Amino acid sequence: MLLLFLAALYIASCKGRQEDEMIVYNKNSAALSKIDSATETKIITEMPATFGIGRKATNAEIKAWDIDVRPDGKGLPYGSGNATEGKVIFTQKCAACHGKEGEGGAYARLVGAMGDTVKAKTIGNYWPWSTTLFDYIRRTMPYNMPGSLKDDEVYSLTAYLLYRNKIIDSTKNMDAKSLPKVVMPARQYYVDDDRRGGPEIR
Amino acid sequence: MERPKEEKEYSFNDSKKINRRLLLGSVAASAVIALVKTTTGQFVPAAVAKPASAPPDPTKVQGPPPGAVGTRSPFEQLAKKTSDTSSRTPLQSLYGTITPSDLHFERHHGGVPVIDPTAYKLVIHGMVKKPMTFTLNDLKRFPSVSRIAFLECSGNFRSGKQEMTPQEICGLTSQSEWTGVMLSTLFREVGASPKATWFLAEGSDAAVMTRSIPMGKGWNDAMIAYGQNGEALRPQQGYPARLFLPGWEGNTNVKWIRRIEVSDQPFMTREETSKYTENIKDGKIRQFSFDMDARSIITFPAYPVQLDKGWVEIKGLAWSGRGKILRVEVSVDAGKKWYPATLQEPVLDKAHTRFRFLWKWNGNETEIMSRAIDETGYTQPTLQQLIDARGTDMGGYHLNPITAWIIKRDGSVLFKPEKWK
Repeated sequence: MLLLFLAALYIASCKGRQEDEMIVYNKNSAALSKIDSATETKIITEMPATFGIGRKATNAEIKAWDIDVRPDGKGLPYGSGNATEGKVIFTQKCAACHGKEGEGGAYARLVGAMGDTVKAKTIGNYWPWSTTLFDYIRRTMPYNMPGSLKDDEVYSLTAYLLYRNKIIDSTKNMDAKSLPKVVMPARQYYVDDDRRGGPEIR
Repeated sequence: MERPKEEKEYSFNDSKKINRRLLLGSVAASAVIALVKTTTGQFVPAAVAKPASAPPDPTKVQGPPPGAVGTRSPFEQLAKKTSDTSSRTPLQSLYGTITPSDLHFERHHGGVPVIDPTAYKLVIHGMVKKPMTFTLNDLKRFPSVSRIAFLECSGNFRSGKQEMTPQEICGLTSQSEWTGVMLSTLFREVGASPKATWFLAEGSDAAVMTRSIPMGKGWNDAMIAYGQNGEALRPQQGYPARLFLPGWEGNTNVKWIRRIEVSDQPFMTREETSKYTENIKDGKIRQFSFDMDARSIITFPAYPVQLDKGWVEIKGLAWSGRGKILRVEVSVDAGKKWYPATLQEPVLDKAHTRFRFLWKWNGNETEIMSRAIDETGYTQPTLQQLIDARGTDMGGYHLNPITAWIIKRDGSVLFKPEKWK
């Protein structure tokens, strides 16, 4: 008796489960009945909201890749560094491409304070957000070993480059709290795209 | 470093087997060059014109049997023009509107990564109900779409001398049929928050390149593409999967995409702040300039073509990131009078559109040029109009000026460079 009851319960639960239904999507279906009685196939005229494809992302895999840093500081890791420490690392790992003190070499000039005569677009005269420095250095530098710098090293290099661009002083520590507070001189010049199509040239 | 690679790619040594069978007869090298010249608009640098040859009478020898993979004719010398940062599509050598995948322009920020498709995954997280991971196979199981559209780098204008080809002036635009899953389908699958306004797209190249994209574009027509012109994406275009944003500047179409983070603000990545922004008037810097404005270029006749007097079919491409091309106008008298060109149907939304214009050249020196008009009513500007709108300090991104070709009495065709600084 109990067995029969359990079996009935099992069958009932199966019937109610969506994955056991035969469904076809046909947005132009004129069928009045949403169930084809001959084949017990359900006809839907709107795409399903979800398909049940893919799996839940694990916290570990998100953490391994989620390296971005937002202007509000979200994403900045534990750690800190200052310009003095940054100068040592810069000499070892960055100067070969960017010049001895960031004045440029085979690759981009990084130093040129707002108002200087430097024509190149630099961190000092063009970069609008301080957090971008940390994000970019950490994800892609140095060129020959991208992504190899420790968080403290990235903070130190960020501090050094802000110092060299006359934005912070040489003793200021950069960390998750202080970095987002650094206001970049160029930020005030940034405007959103105002092109809209139509007859006007912008 | 680039050059030997290029030579290797296009040398005949790679297809020795086929060549040996093809080289059954021998023809003087000069005849080969003449043959190449008859295909209108083709430019074959002398150095590349290797002595490929055909039998004197192809009806008298058996040809090679069917092959596993087709090859380009050894008489066709198509190549991208490479520099340290990019390689350019030979617009002047192509017909119709589809760019052969191996000639699609390239611009990378950390080289071309090698990604094992069986190890590939795309993670979508942030402001979503359920953060999810999709394998390549997962992506292919979703409902798919195909769409023909152009992809153009926003830094696609070079000038400075008369001896420049369309490829050199604006070869950073190409067109493919892209196949993939709509990003909106994936957004529904993960339950993206209606409060989200931006998402971050991140690639798995050595630059781990990132761009912030408004959610509106993601819901509207963004695609995670895995197909290009009928086959899997080429590695240079993001194999095994990339973001494709119809009509938007190339850099936002993140290749080798590995992660999407849904957010309520832009991330202000390096590629959307220190790069891909442009100086405009009053010291302002314009940011998030996503749409590619309408543009056109005459690809024949163009440098280094030698033009013959008489009937000429002027040919070119027009496109707009804001919709369909409504009209292309051509001038054969340095811009005094403009006439409508014929557009090749079907004219597609946000797609390269082929235009043609018949003209009988009387042998006098003149200038020819084209201008595109899109369905928003935008008319491709002159360089002077761009300067007037943006100032003389205007940056190098989103420059789409009318491009003029000077035709000399001797039939030589030269680019007309204009200075603005």
